Amino acid sequence: MPTPSQDRKISDPAMNPGDEPYFAAAAEGRLMLKTCAACHETHHYPRSLCPFCWSSNVTWIEANGSGVIYTFSITRRGAGAPYCIAYVTLDEGPTMLTNVVDVDLDSVRIGQRVQVVFRKSEGGVSIPMFTPTLAAQP
Amino acid sequence: MTIRGKAYIVGAYEHPLRKAPDHSVAQLHADVARGAIEDAGLSRDDIDAYFCAGDAPGTNVWSMANYLNLNRLKHIDSTDMGGCSYLIHIAHAAEAIAAGKCNVALITLAGRPNSEGISGTQVRVRGVNLPDSPYEMPYNPVTLNLYAMCAMRHMHDYGTTNEQLAWVKVAASHHAQHNRHAMLRDLVTVEQVLASPMISDPLHRLDSCVVSDGGGAVIVARPEIARALKRPRVKLIGRGESTKHQMGGRIDLSYTGAAWSGPRAFEEAGVKPSDIQYASIYDSFTITVLLQLEDLGFCKKGEGGSFVADGNLISGVGKLPINTDGGGLCNNHPANRGGITKIIEAVRQLRGEAQPQVQVPNCALALATGIGGAIGHRHGAATLIMERE
Repeated sequence: MPTPSQDRKISDPAMNPGDEPYFAAAAEGRLMLKTCAACHETHHYPRSLCPFCWSSNVTWIEANGSGVIYTFSITRRGAGAPYCIAYVTLDEGPTMLTNVVDVDLDSVRIGQRVQVVFRKSEGGVSIPMFTPTLAAQP
Repeated sequence: MTIRGKAYIVGAYEHPLRKAPDHSVAQLHADVARGAIEDAGLSRDDIDAYFCAGDAPGTNVWSMANYLNLNRLKHIDSTDMGGCSYLIHIAHAAEAIAAGKCNVALITLAGRPNSEGISGTQVRVRGVNLPDSPYEMPYNPVTLNLYAMCAMRHMHDYGTTNEQLAWVKVAASHHAQHNRHAMLRDLVTVEQVLASPMISDPLHRLDSCVVSDGGGAVIVARPEIARALKRPRVKLIGRGESTKHQMGGRIDLSYTGAAWSGPRAFEEAGVKPSDIQYASIYDSFTITVLLQLEDLGFCKKGEGGSFVADGNLISGVGKLPINTDGGGLCNNHPANRGGITKIIEAVRQLRGEAQPQVQVPNCALALATGIGGAIGHRHGAATLIMERE
C-alpha cells in the first residue's frame, strides 16, 4: 500500500545573521550555495568562511536544483509522520539534509535523481525540499 | 603523555531503578555517587576531582558539587559530548591524575527520561545560535531518523539486512535475561524484531534502545590508592576521543568517529582488536553497534552484518561477547546516554563480577566505546581499553 507524502507543519528556521540571503533566494524559488574564490570548493550549509581552506572569500552561487538521493528514511511515528528525511548530493557537490516530498514515500530509493521544490514553513519562510524526477534507478 | 597504567577504575555503581518518578535528577546523581564511592571503599572527602555532563542539573559541575557538598575539588570538567561524555571523562581524569592535578575522580550520570515521557521520535532543541539549525530543523531530524539514514546507506553499500541488524538485539536479550535490573528481560527472536513496528525505515522499535531513568557513577584513582583498596584492580591502558560531522557537505555516513578514537586507544594500549575478550559497544540502535564494530577493526568495513549474525555477540556462544548486562537495547540507557553503563559492565567483567551466565572466563582485557550525538549529522566518539591487574 503506498504511503503518500502529506503536508506537515514545518518549523521556521532559527536564522542567524548571514542566513538571510539563502532564505530570500528560496522565496524566489532559487537554491543557493556558498563557494570559495580561494580554493574553488563549494560547501553546505553556508558559512562565513570556507570550511576547506578557511578563506573569508566566499560568495553565493545559485545551484541548478538537481541532485541524487544519498540516503533517506521514512519516519512513521512522531510529529508530522509519515515524512521522508534525506541527504541529497547536489550536482555542484555538497550533500544537504532535506525532505523528499510529492511522492509515494514507499517508492523513494537511494540513487534517485531529484529536483528542488519549495515549501512554506509555519511562519511563511520558503524551505528547499526535493521531489524525484525519474522512477527509481538501480 | 600516555595514561597507560597511570590510573585505575576503583569504583563503579549502576542505579537499580529504571523508572524513578519520585526521584529528582540531583538525587539520582547523589545515589550513584555514594554507590560508587562505597564500592571503591573510599569516602566523600577523598574526592578531589568531579566530572559531569549535560544530564547534570544546570549542565555543569556547579549544582551537583553544591548538592553533594564536594569541598576539596582541585580538578573539574563538564565536557559534554552526549552519551560518550563519561568515557571521555575517564580519559580526562586519567590525564589529570597523571599530570599530578588530582587523586580521586568522581564521574556521574543520571536522568529520568522515562518518567518525563521523552522518546526518540521527538525533535530535540539542542541550543541557541546553532549555525546548522536553519538548514536542518525544518526537515524534522530526530534521533531515530538520523541513525536510520546511516542504516539505509549501509544496506545500500554493503547488502546489510534487517535480519543481521536484529541479531544485535537478540544478543542483548540473551544477556538481559540474567540481569534482574534489566528493563527488558524477555528473550526475543530475529522474527520478533522484524515484526515490531517500523519507526523510521529501516529501524524497528526493537532496533532501538530503551528509554530509562537511573544512572551510574565511576571512581578513577591513582595507582597507589588503587593498590591500597580491596577491590580487584582495573587499569586504564588506552584511550581515544574524536568528533565527526558533515565535513562541509562531503558527507560520508559509512563510518563513525570510532574509526579515529579506536585506533588511538589500541595504539596507546599496545593491543589489537583480536586481543579483546569483552567489549561494551554503545548500542543506542542496532546499527550503532554494527558500525562501531567495523570502525574499531573487529571486522572489515562492510562485513559488520555477517559479523553480528548468528549469535556471534552472545557470551559463551560467539567470538565477541558484548554488552553482557543487556546494554542499552535491553538493560538501561539512563538520561538517553549509554556511556556510563558501558564502562560499568566492562568493570564487572574485568572484576569477574558479571552475572555468572554471561561472565567471560578469566576476562583480563576489555574495551568500552561510545557515541554521543547522532551519527547522521554530528557526534563524538570515545574508546577506552582496560586490563585487570
